[in-house]
Amino acid sequence: MEAVKQTTEFTPEMLAEVDRIIKLFPEGKQKSALLRVLHIAQAHYGWLDVPVMDYIARLLHIQPIEVYEVATFYSMYDTVPVGKVKLEVCRTGPCAIEGAEKIISYIENKLGIKDGETTADGIFTLKSVECLGACGYAPMLQCGEKYHEHLTEEKVDALIEAYRKNPKANYMGM
Amino acid sequence: MGRQLLLDKVNVAGINTYDVYRKEGGYRSVEKALKKMTPEEVLEEVKTSGLRGRGGAGFPTGMKWSFIAKPEGVPRFLLCNADESEPGTFKDRYLMEKIPHLLVEGMVTSSYALGANQGYIYIRGEYMYVLRILEKAIAEAYQNGWLGKNILGSGYDFDLAVTCGAGAYICGEETALIESLEGERGNPRIKPPFPAVKGLWQNPTVVNNVETIAAVVPIINDGGAEYAKIGIGRSTGTKLISASGNINKPGVFEIEMNITVEEFIYSDQYCGGIKNGKKLKACVPGGSSVPILPHYLVCKTAAGQDRLMSYESLADGGFATGSMLGSGGFVVYDEDQCIVRNTWNFTRFYHHESCGQCSPCREGTGWMEKVLHRLEYGHGKMEDIDLLWDIQRKIEGNTICPLGDAAAWPVAAAIRHFREEFEWHVNEPVRCLEKNYGLVAEKVFEPVTA
Ligand SMILES: Cc1cc2nc3c(=O)[nH]c(=O)nc-3n(C[C@H](O)[C@H](O)[C@H](O)COP(=O)(O)O)c2cc1C
Ligand code: SF4
Ligand code: FES
Repeated sequence: MEAVKQTTEFTPEMLAEVDRIIKLFPEGKQKSALLRVLHIAQAHYGWLDVPVMDYIARLLHIQPIEVYEVATFYSMYDTVPVGKVKLEVCRTGPCAIEGAEKIISYIENKLGIKDGETTADGIFTLKSVECLGACGYAPMLQCGEKYHEHLTEEKVDALIEAYRKNPKANYMGM
Repeated sequence: MGRQLLLDKVNVAGINTYDVYRKEGGYRSVEKALKKMTPEEVLEEVKTSGLRGRGGAGFPTGMKWSFIAKPEGVPRFLLCNADESEPGTFKDRYLMEKIPHLLVEGMVTSSYALGANQGYIYIRGEYMYVLRILEKAIAEAYQNGWLGKNILGSGYDFDLAVTCGAGAYICGEETALIESLEGERGNPRIKPPFPAVKGLWQNPTVVNNVETIAAVVPIINDGGAEYAKIGIGRSTGTKLISASGNINKPGVFEIEMNITVEEFIYSDQYCGGIKNGKKLKACVPGGSSVPILPHYLVCKTAAGQDRLMSYESLADGGFATGSMLGSGGFVVYDEDQCIVRNTWNFTRFYHHESCGQCSPCREGTGWMEKVLHRLEYGHGKMEDIDLLWDIQRKIEGNTICPLGDAAAWPVAAAIRHFREEFEWHVNEPVRCLEKNYGLVAEKVFEPVTA
């Protein structure tokens, strides 16, 4: 899919939030804010490209490589483009025995993509992920900040319908 | 239901807000500790309580606190481990979402005992909405004078903030958590030095689980001796259990640790029995890292005694016939579940989550995943079972952090107790797949790409 990004700058609200987060740590320890700042960038831009990571390095007065190495270590960060709506389905043991695999195949068939792929219209990405701490409410998926639990095929249908209409509905944050 | 010390107020409307929490007696432990007790007295109460760490290892909390180094003029830190990524575990999320102020209160009281003036809650990145709940609770606590400078006029200062990870199980390991909090990759550190001496930014640091810190509140309110009366033996107090799998009532339960496993699984107060009238096949009582127990060792020990939901009883028999309470992630498997598949699934998890620093863990988890994949998908050989045994034995004890052991133990236990099922997979793989999953036969010979 096309990787369009007009700007790497943060909005004034985002910068204020970065400033607040940096102040949670002692003087000189602003690097501790990095993981949270990357989340802010990703929620806004959808994914993390090199210019945005370089911008974050400048914001935090660290080297670009320090940002890249963190962004590539943690599984929540996307350093390649993804769809507007990321469906992250838990595939780990407790969810697996409650039918996670069937849910994953169902979504694959419905959207015509495989695990890890993005639909041609750029709306949906499907990603199987490891335990999200909702094992008692399996099978489940996370979309943005929301947990969707006790999934059934009907629930998945409704979810996909709702997100198709309003892809940004999943972000409660910035 | 037994005594509830953490979740007793969970159903009170508005308990997630400051006003209701306070009206229901919240922050009394801070008042008591800061106004009437010295930090040493708070530590003594925690020691008397017998509280053991709820993060998985069960190390006595009072003892851990007493190890913290106190060099003059060097700041100390209390970190709350809210990374909660052990498969099967979801109790911390429940507690933080429902009663966020209980954790904030516990952080203040615990930090006072340690002489720490700054604390951080490190929460997994996927729990972002819970992070926002905690930040709101912290803001309310600041507004009402429970955080900040000179709390209750006691002269004690304490600041608290939340920060987060971004999808990495390894960041639950305490030194990886510290690295991550410093804005680094989550690579565990070689110990010693231990965090109690050199932790966050090389300062003395204590890392405790969410539930451990929350438990300090009732301990200070009612006294350590009262807390120690609950439970059995060295398993004092209450424990949150996350129950999942093929049961009628999955969810989070606060139990007294003297109840039997049988009661926990079958009583309507707890799991409500096995779903769909099926039979119990196996149980992982403490999160994916602990040994799986076959049905005949779940409710009884090898000696034929009732097994209890306690640290000691679940470990009775060692790894030969016992398991561990671990993080309290209690996963129940019915007769239709395939042990080989579950072991493969868990091993894939550990391979995915290995930080990659040590070769036995990095390579060994991937190798085990491959072997288990071929056993599960019908092209394994008999020798593969011994190969797996050999690999897991060579990982265990040979790595920087315990993730290596956590990956090895489930494989060892599955082979120890279910060897016949592994053999059956070599001889009759198609039948297992059809029976367990209704997967189409062509999937059986899917090429191994792991
Ligand atoms: C791979 C690995 C993952 C861990 N994950 C967690 C976790 O998610 N939460 C937790 O509290 N402890 C976790 N621990 C245990 C911590 O290292 C540490 O022992 C614990 O937070 C101490 O708290 P406690 O004494 O209150 O139990 C993990 C350990 C390892 C080796
Ligand atoms: S045991 Fe595994 S997770 Fe732990 S430090 Fe070594 S490679 Fe990393
Ligand atoms: S196994 Fe799926 S949320 Fe834990």
